[in-house]
Amino acid sequence: MSAGNLKSRHQQPTPDDVEPGDSVRPGHPVQVSRYTVAARINHWVTALSLILLALSGMALFTPSLFFLTGLFGGGQWTRALHPWIGVVLFFSFAGLFLRFWKANLPAREDGTWLARISDVLRGREERLPEIGKYNAGQKFVFWGMSGLIIVLIASGIAMWDQYFYAFTSIEQKRVAVLVHAVAAVCIICVWIIHVYAAIWVKGTIGAMTRGKVTGGWAWRHHRKWLRELVGTRPGKRPPTPAE
Amino acid sequence: MFPPIPNPSVASDAATPRFGEKDILRRSASEVTPPAQRLTEVAKLIDVSKCIGCKACQAACLEWNNLTEEIGFNHGVYTNPMDLTPDTFTLMRFTEWVNPETENLEWLIRKDGCMHCEDPGCLKACPAPGAIVQYSNGIVDFQHDNCIGCGYCIKGCPFNIPRISKVDHTAYKCTLCSDRVAVGQGPACQKACPTQAIVFGTKDEMKDWAELRITDLKSRGFANAGLYDPPGVGGTHVMYVLHHADTPSIYAGLPDNPRISPLVDAWKGVTKYVGLAVMGFAAAAGFLHYVVAGPNKVSEEDEENAERLADGTPPPAPPAGLQEGRTP
Ligand code: HEM
Ligand code: SF4
Ligand code: SF4
Repeated sequence: MSAGNLKSRHQQPTPDDVEPGDSVRPGHPVQVSRYTVAARINHWVTALSLILLALSGMALFTPSLFFLTGLFGGGQWTRALHPWIGVVLFFSFAGLFLRFWKANLPAREDGTWLARISDVLRGREERLPEIGKYNAGQKFVFWGMSGLIIVLIASGIAMWDQYFYAFTSIEQKRVAVLVHAVAAVCIICVWIIHVYAAIWVKGTIGAMTRGKVTGGWAWRHHRKWLRELVGTRPGKRPPTPAE
Repeated sequence: MFPPIPNPSVASDAATPRFGEKDILRRSASEVTPPAQRLTEVAKLIDVSKCIGCKACQAACLEWNNLTEEIGFNHGVYTNPMDLTPDTFTLMRFTEWVNPETENLEWLIRKDGCMHCEDPGCLKACPAPGAIVQYSNGIVDFQHDNCIGCGYCIKGCPFNIPRISKVDHTAYKCTLCSDRVAVGQGPACQKACPTQAIVFGTKDEMKDWAELRITDLKSRGFANAGLYDPPGVGGTHVMYVLHHADTPSIYAGLPDNPRISPLVDAWKGVTKYVGLAVMGFAAAAGFLHYVVAGPNKVSEEDEENAERLADGTPPPAPPAGLQEGRTP
């Protein structure tokens, strides 16, 4: 990297929602790098564990889904594996948390975005404020998952009788199992929202598969972030503010 | 004396079980049509006032069920081991209690073990189809082939009875010797008891016998003598005659008013229905939204604007009043 690049990069501090690896490549269409390879692997490990946890957990949640234990090699295996997958999820999500927490801090435009949620749902993006790397909905998913995973690991350990039977009273175990079941329902709903949003907003899934989105996608959904990226592109003067 | 159960017949048909699959009243995590005719309910009556603490029953239980308890430590008390284990289905619990009225030290000895509840919390909590069954004679039995070792039964039981084996990871507890009862015998513990502190028969017989014992105890000055057949769990098929039936908890923590915990009821009841409904609703809402609103697509114009921004040609400014970003 040349000295000039370094200097221009240091002219302004990196905004919270610009993460390492985020960059714009001009072209037709413009390509925007949104997730590094490491972030994508981290994401898919988390996603896979969450899905396996939901399947194995739901098998025990209701008799009508007990047949799902077949996917894990039977009831005994399901019972034994589920908590270990939970441990994988916990550490894998911790990785995502460290990567993404800063970009998910609340911003002023989140309030406006939420107040205009009906425009969001109608896809009328022109009536919404310019958004950074994540909108308020994505931040809700992020913080929701973070909180619920802490609740799930804590309650999960309290009901993990194979290793932790002696550490809690039966009454505490009853609370834990109820909390765990409720938190599981909540996290599955958050997950449905998350997956649905990725399907509904076309061009999103590429962000987590190839790591890239098109410039148009970033312009439409995360314009503030795109402007910041163009501004921080090495060797390029930031455009004059639009006011 | 309660007429003892005669020794088994040696006739060849005597070993045919008298109840089985067709008599299942409840089956964990399954819907069953209850049998048209209910078997006569059986019960074991434990008369605490007659028990001499010899542990013959505890030994007979190990013997009949072919269990070997680990050699433990002497904790300076008669209770041994210190708690029920996957190998100890029944345990004599010893309590030294000073009667506040008489200032007398009373040695309370209670034979702990599964109560064979009419409304079993273990069965309610169990997620594995058929891991716990209740026969129409009242016996609650664990079926080890179906058990997944999750320990939910422990959370469901109001008496803290089931224990999970570290060897085969399935739950164990007193079976009320369902195998012996099926061929017309009483449980092994009852057979071994030298004082008739344990008797076995139909539930009605046991209640009648308890009545006689209670009258006797009352005549000897135990004004609060009574039968422990707790209504909170619909009654039990193991009952106690207690000399202080007004305070069951002095007998090594026998619950005064056992019932399935409201937490377990909420977990196994409303949480399941509401939970499934909410998840179904979320999925359906997503589907409907897609149908109504259609996909959210990036337009040609969006791409052109992005290209202009990246090239440095100023793209259109954001609409007035919407620029509120926390730009540094
Ligand atoms: C984060 C770490 C987690 C741990 C340590 C954990 C542990 C456990 C344990 C010990 C059980 C009892 C059954 C068994 O022993 O396998 C259980 C049940 C369950 N888990 Fe988890 N779990 C975790 C995460 C999750 C997640 C993320 C979900 C949902 C996606 C989930 C959903 C469930 C459900 C639905 C049940 C059944 C609850 C019921 O029977 O009502 N768990 N979990
Ligand atoms: S451990 Fe208890 S609750 Fe779990 S499957 Fe076995 S009998 Fe049922
Ligand atoms: S005492 Fe506990 S283990 Fe026995 S039947 Fe009642 S709930 Fe089940």
